[in-house]
Amino acid sequence: MAEAVFRVVQAGPLVSVQDGGRPGMMRFGVPASGGMDRKALALANLAVGQPEGAPVIEVSLGGLTLECLSGRVSIAVTGGAFVVEAGGRRAASWQVVTIKAGETFTIRRGHWGAWAYLAFAGALQAPRWLGSAATLASSNLGGGVLKAGQEWVVAEANLLPPRDLPRPVSARPRRRLHVVMGPQAHCFAPEALEAFAAGPWFLTPQGDRMGVRLKGPVLALGDALSIPSEPIVRGSVQVAGDGVPVVLLADHQTTGGYPKIATVLDDDLDSFTQLRPGDGVSFAPIGAAEAAALGRFRAERWADYKARMRDRMRGSPG
Amino acid sequence: MIPPRFTAVADHALLVEFARALDDAAHEAVLRLDAALATVPCPGLREWVPAFVNLLVDFDPAVTDHAQVEAHVTGLLDQAGAPGASPVTHEVGVCYEEPFGRDLAAVADKTGLSEEAVIAAHLAGDYRVYLYGFAPGYAYMAGVPPELRLDRKTAPVRGIAAGSVIVAGPQCLITTLTMPTGWWILGRSPVKVLTGDEDRPFLFGVGDRVRFRRLSLAEFEAENGASHG
Repeated sequence: MAEAVFRVVQAGPLVSVQDGGRPGMMRFGVPASGGMDRKALALANLAVGQPEGAPVIEVSLGGLTLECLSGRVSIAVTGGAFVVEAGGRRAASWQVVTIKAGETFTIRRGHWGAWAYLAFAGALQAPRWLGSAATLASSNLGGGVLKAGQEWVVAEANLLPPRDLPRPVSARPRRRLHVVMGPQAHCFAPEALEAFAAGPWFLTPQGDRMGVRLKGPVLALGDALSIPSEPIVRGSVQVAGDGVPVVLLADHQTTGGYPKIATVLDDDLDSFTQLRPGDGVSFAPIGAAEAAALGRFRAERWADYKARMRDRMRGSPG
Repeated sequence: MIPPRFTAVADHALLVEFARALDDAAHEAVLRLDAALATVPCPGLREWVPAFVNLLVDFDPAVTDHAQVEAHVTGLLDQAGAPGASPVTHEVGVCYEEPFGRDLAAVADKTGLSEEAVIAAHLAGDYRVYLYGFAPGYAYMAGVPPELRLDRKTAPVRGIAAGSVIVAGPQCLITTLTMPTGWWILGRSPVKVLTGDEDRPFLFGVGDRVRFRRLSLAEFEAENGASHG
């Protein structure tokens, strides 16, 4: 089978291999990891005929430049609106293009979005840990963080016709997040709970794959400054002793001893990660039953969307 | 049986709390529920995470919801004498010699014990794995003897090697990654908690017991070489 080989010319911080993640390991201290924007990752793979959770390269605002050393392969870029330059041709994210030996390929920050996904029409050869190539950034376990000079191989490389990809409305950055209050709402004074819902909140530059600190009103803790360490989920809004909330994301620590004032609905998190430092965000508290109904509705809608993408892929020429 | 408190976590999880402060009976209840869920899972169950006094149940919101999961958990708790998991006792080597026992002198100073007495106290502890937390393979063990219990350092120290045996308060753990820590570093273990074995990637189960065994430098090197072989 054909193979394409790439050399990393430049990689910004936090550019790493990600895939569908390794869920189910939290009891061993291992978060699921995987894409910060899991939907964009899945759609990049589906656009090039790969399983939705196949390994891809997640590109941060620091950007990425690859040189194709040999072979040729089609690729898809999804996620935020990044600038894509392929062999001197100007392109954009949400496109399928082909790269061949001797060409350089660059993905860099565009007018919105924080993460882009580069999927190959082939099998990116990446180290796996516990069955997944997702990189746990704090440990570099999994496929790993990309560094200049590295070579990456794509096996079973295929060619697809160039095309634009439909970008779902839900892929845009999301500034209003549904939350269920708690599980430690009882650790906060009523005024703190009101201040949390009222905002305004802004993302700070202190963010990475583990989580992002917000700027806004101080959320005074009651007497319970710390609780026995308990499990954390992606989307937990944890408040440390300084009264500053942190939204925990793909590589979150699995347990923590600071109270969680609220938890963001899972479906809101992918688009939330496409916000940049300085962007505003607000929280809309809803009840647990309403949250479950909304979660179910969105899970069904997302499954339908992916099914349509797969159908379109099967129907596409070439 | 302690009646638990149920709290919804977003649209996809339920926190089952048996207490809100550290409590042995609550932890026993966590371990029993952990074992019961493994035996009788409910539809849509994705994973569950035991901690000190509570357990988080994560579920697929497309399949089930908080109320159904709560009903399932309540049913499990009502079944008297649910079989607990059978804990294993592990013997774990630890070398306290230079350069591994870098905080022995400081711990001796703070506790008023000799360095040898610090080592003896650590070896005498009866340790139990309460939970994994923080980072991959970080198995939190309780059982540090009272005379060895110290508050954390005022600031974490960076770049502490994987395999370090560290203590703070009643807790002890064997690190698996090179990371900063504010705990006290007593020695180094050749044991790999991240085993690299696909069928059994983590050495300890929650609830397992651990006894430490003292290693000389030569014994450490031999066991360390073997575990890398």
